[in-house]
Amino acid sequence: MTDSSTPAVDIENAAKRYGDFTAIKSMSLSIRDNEFFTLLGPSGCGKTTLLRMIAGFEDVTEGAIFLFGSEIEQLPPNKRPVNTVFQNYALFPHMTILENVSFGLEMQGNSRVDAHKRAGEMLELVQLSEFAQRKPAQLSGGQQQRVALARALAPSPRVLLLDEPLSALDLKLRKAMQIELKHLQRETGITFIFVTHDQEEALTMSDRIAVMSAGELQQLGEPRDVYERPRNRFVADFIGDTNLLEVAITDIADNLASCHVQGGHQIQCGASEGVSKGMTAHLSVRPERLLLSAAPAEEGSLRASVKENIFVGTDITTLLTLDGGPDLTVRTSNSARGAARVFDPGADVFVTVEAGAARLLIN
Amino acid sequence: MAGGGVHASSGPVAETYARARHQLLIPAWAVLLIFVAVPVAMMLIYSFLTKEFRGGVIWEFSLAAYDQFFFDRGLFGDEPPKFEWTYVTIFWRSIWQAGLATILSLLIGFPTAYFIATRPEKTRAIWLFLVTIPYWVNLLIRTVSMKFLLRDQGPMNDALLALGVLEEPLRIINTNLAVQLGLFYSYLPFMVLPIYAAVERYNFTYSEAAADLYASKWATLRRVVLPVVKPGVIAGCILVFVPSLGAFLAPDLLGGAKNFMIGSLIEEQFKGNAGNWPFGAAASMILLTLVIIVLLISTTQQRKTREPG
Repeated sequence: MTDSSTPAVDIENAAKRYGDFTAIKSMSLSIRDNEFFTLLGPSGCGKTTLLRMIAGFEDVTEGAIFLFGSEIEQLPPNKRPVNTVFQNYALFPHMTILENVSFGLEMQGNSRVDAHKRAGEMLELVQLSEFAQRKPAQLSGGQQQRVALARALAPSPRVLLLDEPLSALDLKLRKAMQIELKHLQRETGITFIFVTHDQEEALTMSDRIAVMSAGELQQLGEPRDVYERPRNRFVADFIGDTNLLEVAITDIADNLASCHVQGGHQIQCGASEGVSKGMTAHLSVRPERLLLSAAPAEEGSLRASVKENIFVGTDITTLLTLDGGPDLTVRTSNSARGAARVFDPGADVFVTVEAGAARLLIN
Repeated sequence: MAGGGVHASSGPVAETYARARHQLLIPAWAVLLIFVAVPVAMMLIYSFLTKEFRGGVIWEFSLAAYDQFFFDRGLFGDEPPKFEWTYVTIFWRSIWQAGLATILSLLIGFPTAYFIATRPEKTRAIWLFLVTIPYWVNLLIRTVSMKFLLRDQGPMNDALLALGVLEEPLRIINTNLAVQLGLFYSYLPFMVLPIYAAVERYNFTYSEAAADLYASKWATLRRVVLPVVKPGVIAGCILVFVPSLGAFLAPDLLGGAKNFMIGSLIEEQFKGNAGNWPFGAAASMILLTLVIIVLLISTTQQRKTREPG
């Protein structure tokens, strides 16, 4: 995978409008070859619309879409070398599993014998060979999901589009399928474009994530990048849990901003672009990057009192209130090491922000 | 790991449900018995009785009605039997006409139903209403209007002559074509409605999936849409074919004497003094047998689409 190679999908200023309603505002996006790319956002953010525009089910109101360098937005879906795994699988109910998987191959002009042979191989890949002669209704949700995958992969598409394919599965099966999908993508080397509203799923599987909201691209980056360096409040809030504190910038020196939090607290934080003295902004700190202690730390700590501890298995979530200021959430791992950092409700404690963990957001 | 779906199971709960189901079905069974089983049984019995000359029957067993249907024994019934083609020809014409009417209805009805089912939900009701409007008028009146419309000096011919499309009026009335048009017009909604119901339930994501898998529009229709909505299509075909087969208004009023169909033949046997009740009953039983054969074929077809091979 080299950056100089042609992008698998190149979206240039593509917009989608239904009458007065704008589903996608002019958006540009490059998806690399061999990439596991995720479109992430809440429902109604336009991520499925964008996927359907790539597949050809929705017209592009404005702009262009390129597939490996050739413009495709005028082509009907059956002329685009991309295949889709639909949210509810859309397996043809009257065909057997084998017929379902070989359908695309036959439509591509392969003989029935060849198509069935290749379909059989695909079913082997997803470990469903013994179900070849069954009808979709006779399979469980997870099995249907794998058939849908086999059917979409059988014609060797250059790009595979996946529209929330795991949302109908229960949690355990979903986790297993996430890993299976990731493996499959690595093995086949096909570019996957995956749509989901589940941020954890996106973080787990993706090479890169495009976070969308209200028809706009909010941030594009690798999972760690998006999680640790959210560009705005929406991204910080949507991906993972975070503490968003309203702060006033009192001073900027050596690229460090002094942030004033209500109640007279001061937090030092790397000044991001566009920050200036005197403005108000938001500070995002992940709960797991806050430490509790009985005595103040050297770097400077904030005084607070513990309101409540919530046991969530792997972690203990502590709700606390900064003296005279807003509430905070702190997550401490449920371990011998973490136990020293958990205090009873009502206790006065000191909160320390890990170095580099606070992120200043101006919008 | 086993497939989903509800399977009938045994046990006390299942038995209670089975009993309740049987009890709830009693009114339906009673209606079927009184209005279907009894009349059919009467016809069956009458077909084996001897005819009374001014209509009615003599209660004496006889195969004369069936014999008359298939064999010609001369004017006085003393010649060696020859195969009688008259009635078989009428039956054959009826099957042919009804089959043609069914195909014509399907060709027009399927696109119509598909069109309606793909309209926005609000406007579908209006389209369906338009399809059913003719049913607010009695079939006899509609058929008479059709006769008026198709006449040599009727509005259709007048208009075509006035427009210079024709030099001479089209002779449609009293032809097979007129009967055909009459049957088609009478039963078209019976084709549209069940297909509409099937297409309306059809999940259009299947069509998207087909297009995504490189199927053209035609291939999508043939390989995906039609097989999935097949039960609706078969229901529509039965609903048009069966009443067309036994129709007597359209052939009587539009076809004239030359284009006799089974319905008219049977009707004649029970009308006035010239009738032959056992013969009419026998013709009805033969017709019923044909219809049952058609239904059996179509149900096996339906079962094939539902169950895996």
